[in-house]
Amino acid sequence: MIQILHPGIYNTIQDTGRVGFAKIGVPTAGSLDSYSAELANTILHNKKTAAVIEITFGQGKFEFTTATDLCVTGGDFSPKINSEPIAMNQVYAIKKGAILSFGKRNYGARTYVAVVGGIDSDIILGSRSFSAAITHQRLEKGDTLKILDTDLHQEKGFSRVKIHEKHFSSPILACFPGPEYELLNDLQKQQLLASFSISEDNNRVGVRLKEAVKNSLESILTSAVLPGTVQLTPSGKLILLMRDCQVTGGYPRVLQLSETAISRLAQKIAGEEVQFVLR
Amino acid sequence: MNYKPTYTPFGETAILIEWPAKIDEDIIQDIVSFEKLVATNQQVLDTIIAYNSLTIVYAQLTNYSKTVAQLKEVYQTKREAVSKTKKLWQIPVCYHESFGIDLKEIATQKELTIDEVIALHTAPKYLLYFIGFQPGFLYLGGLNPAIHTPRKSTPRLRVDKGSVGIGGEQTGVYPQDSSGGWNLIGKSPINFFDISKEQPCFANPGDRIQFVAIDVFTFTQIEKDVKRGVFHLKFEWI
Repeated sequence: MIQILHPGIYNTIQDTGRVGFAKIGVPTAGSLDSYSAELANTILHNKKTAAVIEITFGQGKFEFTTATDLCVTGGDFSPKINSEPIAMNQVYAIKKGAILSFGKRNYGARTYVAVVGGIDSDIILGSRSFSAAITHQRLEKGDTLKILDTDLHQEKGFSRVKIHEKHFSSPILACFPGPEYELLNDLQKQQLLASFSISEDNNRVGVRLKEAVKNSLESILTSAVLPGTVQLTPSGKLILLMRDCQVTGGYPRVLQLSETAISRLAQKIAGEEVQFVLR
Repeated sequence: MNYKPTYTPFGETAILIEWPAKIDEDIIQDIVSFEKLVATNQQVLDTIIAYNSLTIVYAQLTNYSKTVAQLKEVYQTKREAVSKTKKLWQIPVCYHESFGIDLKEIATQKELTIDEVIALHTAPKYLLYFIGFQPGFLYLGGLNPAIHTPRKSTPRLRVDKGSVGIGGEQTGVYPQDSSGGWNLIGKSPINFFDISKEQPCFANPGDRIQFVAIDVFTFTQIEKDVKRGVFHLKFEWI
C-alpha cells in the first residue's frame, strides 16, 4: 500500500484513459504525458494499461507501507527515497516504510510514479483514471492506494533507459489542420505558426496561450472536440484542450495536436514557448 | 432522408462526419441511426454525436481513404425502421419555489403566471439531440419560444445536481453539482448519470424527454427511492 502523507496540488491516478463513453459526455482522461507514463510501465515490465500516480509540479509525499519496485519518470523534481536522491527512469526496490518525496525542479511539469503491477484503484467505466463526476477528483491526505503486486522484486535497478531529450526541451508541437483550419485566411494561418507562450491558465482540461491571433471566425454549431484540439476563441486566444476536456465545444477547431505533442505539452510550465508545426 | 455528409480527418485517429450546419430533427435521426451501424466496429473506440456531426475515434487509422470509402458504403445501406426504437422518458420535476428560484422572475418578465410557465415547460416532448458538456448533460430541442430566457449575467457558483434550467433557447438538467448560468425553474430527484449502472445515462440521442410536474412530497419520496435503488423511471416506446 501507498499512503498519501502530503497531497500536493493536483495528484491523480491515471492509466491510458476511458474509452467508449464519450457519447454520454464522459471525458477521456488518462496520463497527460502518455509517453512518460508508458515509459515507467515499460521499465517495470508492467502492462501498458497499468495505473500510475501523476504528480503535478513535484508536490506531494508518499509512504510505502509494503515493499515494492518503483520507477519515476516524466518531469524531474529531484525525487528522493528517505531523503536520498534517486535517479529518474530507473527501477528501485523500495523497502516497507520508505518515503518518496521531491525537491528542486530540473525539468518538466508532471512526474509519474509507477509500481510493479500498477496501482490497484477502482475501475470505473473501464478505467482507473481520475475524472470529475466519475471518480475522486484528486488524491487527498490520508488516502491509501493498493498495489497490484505481481512479480515483486524481479527487477533490480540495472537498466536505465535513455529518454528523448527533446520531449522536455523542444518547443515544437506537431499538429494537423483542424476541421475549421481552411476557414482561416492566409494571414491567420501564418500567425498560427509564430511562437506562443503558455499562460498561467493551464491544467488537465486545457492550456491557454498568452498571445492572440486575428480572429474573424464565428462560433460553430456545437460539435465534437478531442484531447489535442486547438480552439480559436472570439478574442483570438488559443485553447489547447488536454485529456480532461469536455467532449463537445463551440469554438472553431483550427488545429489538432499529435499524440506526441499532447504529451510534450503536458511537461511545459507557464512562460515556456511552444510552436506549432503542421504535418 | 438521404444527405451527403462530408468526411474530414480529425487528428491521427479520428474522422469527423458533418451534415448541414443546422439544428434539425431529421438530421439528428439520420446521425443516430448511422452511428448505431458504425459503433459496432471493433476498431471504433468512441463516437461523439452532436447537432450536425458524428465523430468516430479509432484505435488506429492506418488507411484513411479506405476507411472513409467503407463508411460511405455503410451510410448507403438500409437502416432498420426507426419506429419503436426510441423512448419517451417521463422526467419528474418539482417546480416548487424553493427549487425554481428564478421562476418568479421569468414569469414577471414574460407577463405570465408561474403556473403558465410550468405548463409551457411540461408540454413539449423535447428531442434529445446529444449528450455533452458534462457526463449525462442532455442537449434538448423544443423549448417554447415564449419562455426563452437569456442566461444570468453572473453564473451561480453552485447549482445543485438535478436542477432544471433555461439558458437562452435551451432547457436542460444539471447532472452534477456545478457552477452554472442558467435560470433555475425546478429540480428533478432522479440521477442523470449513475456510474453504478451499466448504462450510466438512461437516455440516448434520438429519444424524447417530457418533464412531469410533481409536488414536494412526491419529490422527497422519489428521492428516497432513488437512494435505495428502487426507483424506476417511466418511459414508453415511440
